[in-house]
Amino acid sequence: MVDKIIIENLSLQYADGTESLRGINLSVPEKAVTVLFGPAGGGKSTLLRCINRLNDLTEVRASSGRVLIDGKNILDPEADVIALRRKVGMVFARPVVLPLSIRGNLTYGLELAGEKRRSKLDEAVERSLKLAALWDEVKDRLDDPAIALSGGQQQRLCLARSLALQPDIILLDEPTSGLDPISTGKVEAALQELKKEYTIILVPHSVQQAGRTSDYAAFFLQGELIEYGEGRSLFTAPKEKRTEDYITGRFG
Amino acid sequence: MKGALPINRHAAQRVGFTAITLMAIATVLPIVAVVIYILIQGLPAISLEFLTGFPHDGMRAGGILPAIIGTIYLTVGTAIFSVPLGIAAAIYLSEYAGDTPLTRTIRIAIINLAGIPSVVYGLFGLGLFVLFLNFGTSILAASLTLSIMTLPVIISTAEESLRSVPQAFRTVSISLGATRWQTIRRIVLKEALPGILTGVILGLERAAGETAPILFTGAAFFLPRLPHTPFDATMALPYHLFVISTQVPEMPIQIQYGTALVLLVFVLTMNLIATVIRSRARARRQW
Amino acid sequence: MEKSLNWREFVITRLIKASGYSAILFVALIFFFLVREGIPTFKEVEASSLLNVRWYPIEGHFGILPLITGSLIVTLGAGLVAVPFGIGTAVYISEIAPRWMREILKPLVELLGGLPSVVLGFLGFLVLSPFLRAFLDLPTGLTALAGSLLLGGIAVPTVVSVAEDALDAVPRAYREGAWALGATRWQTIWRVTFPAARSGVLTAVMLGVGRAIGETMTVMMVTGNAPVLAVKLGSLFSPVRTMTATIAAEMGEVANGSTHYHVLFFIGMVLFLISLGVNIAASSVVFRAKKRAERILS
Repeated sequence: MVDKIIIENLSLQYADGTESLRGINLSVPEKAVTVLFGPAGGGKSTLLRCINRLNDLTEVRASSGRVLIDGKNILDPEADVIALRRKVGMVFARPVVLPLSIRGNLTYGLELAGEKRRSKLDEAVERSLKLAALWDEVKDRLDDPAIALSGGQQQRLCLARSLALQPDIILLDEPTSGLDPISTGKVEAALQELKKEYTIILVPHSVQQAGRTSDYAAFFLQGELIEYGEGRSLFTAPKEKRTEDYITGRFG
Repeated sequence: MKGALPINRHAAQRVGFTAITLMAIATVLPIVAVVIYILIQGLPAISLEFLTGFPHDGMRAGGILPAIIGTIYLTVGTAIFSVPLGIAAAIYLSEYAGDTPLTRTIRIAIINLAGIPSVVYGLFGLGLFVLFLNFGTSILAASLTLSIMTLPVIISTAEESLRSVPQAFRTVSISLGATRWQTIRRIVLKEALPGILTGVILGLERAAGETAPILFTGAAFFLPRLPHTPFDATMALPYHLFVISTQVPEMPIQIQYGTALVLLVFVLTMNLIATVIRSRARARRQW
Repeated sequence: MEKSLNWREFVITRLIKASGYSAILFVALIFFFLVREGIPTFKEVEASSLLNVRWYPIEGHFGILPLITGSLIVTLGAGLVAVPFGIGTAVYISEIAPRWMREILKPLVELLGGLPSVVLGFLGFLVLSPFLRAFLDLPTGLTALAGSLLLGGIAVPTVVSVAEDALDAVPRAYREGAWALGATRWQTIWRVTFPAARSGVLTAVMLGVGRAIGETMTVMMVTGNAPVLAVKLGSLFSPVRTMTATIAAEMGEVANGSTHYHVLFFIGMVLFLISLGVNIAASSVVFRAKKRAERILS
């Protein structure tokens, strides 16, 4: 398996002292679901935000290390951040739909990139909604305000929204934490389909979700990467005691 | 005497509530009374001739058209200078500025601008625009003076409106590859616009009603013609009301009240428009 | 496409930053021009004579003391009106009024804030002063009292809106905690909510007072414009003259560059510094309260 993302010795500390990363070394294989799991404050969200450089918006006290995507270090000040963010899509924990129509949400990223052709935009809308398993439910009301959708639908819309830009990588930070089990199932099923074409990094909201969805898994504890391995083997036979304690629920 | 205590507390509450309620009514009643009184006294003076004619006989007869037009010119002039600058400054404070000593200084400066007495603005306008820059007593000088006076109102309401837009929208927009300005233009500004508009209208409403800043910078007692250029002086409703009620002997009461009514309607209409924009926006908000 | 977008964004960002700094520029400009035209006063007039009790420019008397006391007494009176009514109304709107009443009252108070001061002065001149004269049996109704009443009315909307915001900002949990302990709503308001909003209410009062000091037209039209030292209680019922009214009334008649001209600018300087002082005090109250809250919550 080719490694899409290689994280080399990444360390980061926020200015207000919350969350940090300490010397993370991690390889993310392409076209698979890599799961980052562990208790709160472990640095998982921080790591995700490094990959699409969303941390540029936050006050950071210190950072070092490299994040290579397709061999190029994206933390380099010369790197094209805008292009990066189009290649790396992100879905947040709470569904945040933009105050636009359903169609408007989906074409937002493309319009920013300068795409004006109606045919291309419509095609992207249909394609991404189908990938997110939402097309049938909304195809007749694309011009309705996105806020009118249910929570589960909104989250799938957010997934479709990042897919519309045809990224290579999709980052998901606890995407189903506010959703009911049926919606959660739909999202997880969509991810299993998507991983055939996209590299997916998922922060699950429960260990069970981690076990269900992961091809590869990484356990984070207080900013450090404790253990990494193939999903099946890590959850049935973890090598580190701390990993096993967390999985079995001895702490959390 | 155990039973006495709860009764005392509730009695105290009833008395207290009544007192406060009366206080609130006493505060608000005069406002209504003022408006109704001016309406009643001034309505008889209102006629087409009053609204479209020029004053005759030393203001004692005829109409107040030049004052109405003058106030409109001044309000528009104020808008031209203060609205773009104020909104831009608000965008800076809300979207770009960090928590630095410089930002805190800017905020203190804005609070101070808001607190400066209107007559001091008049002096400033006289010193800078009329004399130093040689604009003379003109619509231009008066508008610039009123603009600086209106700036803090526009900046603070606009900033509050921009800040009320959820931060999550910006994060999502950036994560989709937008630049900061694209995010502001497409999402933040669009959503904050009704609130900003409300603030702008309320600010301009205040500017329209002010007398002291235009006393030495643009107001004229009587002009036979309407102003042609921004360098002309102008009559204005607030100044006109002041003059005819205190400086002109044997001024018919009806014309005074009529002028007051026109000014009041001008100001209240703007207030109404702002309120309507605000409540409609609140109802249609998508967050 | 990306290139031109970047260039445009750069220019727009620069313009926005410049606009942000403009507020500082304007304050500095205002202060500069006031000083420029006001400082020459000291070349032409004895500094100490400015503190005389006679303001009679025609004969060269530039004692500003009566003007200062005039402003003070009218402002004090305005405060006595605006503080109880303003805070009371704020408490009513925020804590007691039912929702429908709130929706009526808030716009009405805002309306009061939008009324041009010249309109209030006009009514004061035509209606209030004659009424005061008849009711209180005074030689004239154009008195500090008339000014105080009207200024109080003008300051009330400022006090109400800022105080109401402060009361609204008190977390619901505070009130609920008090109710859970058996307090009546009345007791809760005065023992819990109001003290918690203390700094905001103080700010409201300061800003209201600041507004009152700075008023021009209303006082010019109803306070009688007699530059008489106002230090007795009875002064409330006689004509006075404020600093603001002095500038407004006399600026139109002075010759450019004359001593009188410079002294009027000097008075403007004094007013500027007073409002600066009030505003800095008000913001430091808020700042200190915020620091205290941060310490408590951290």
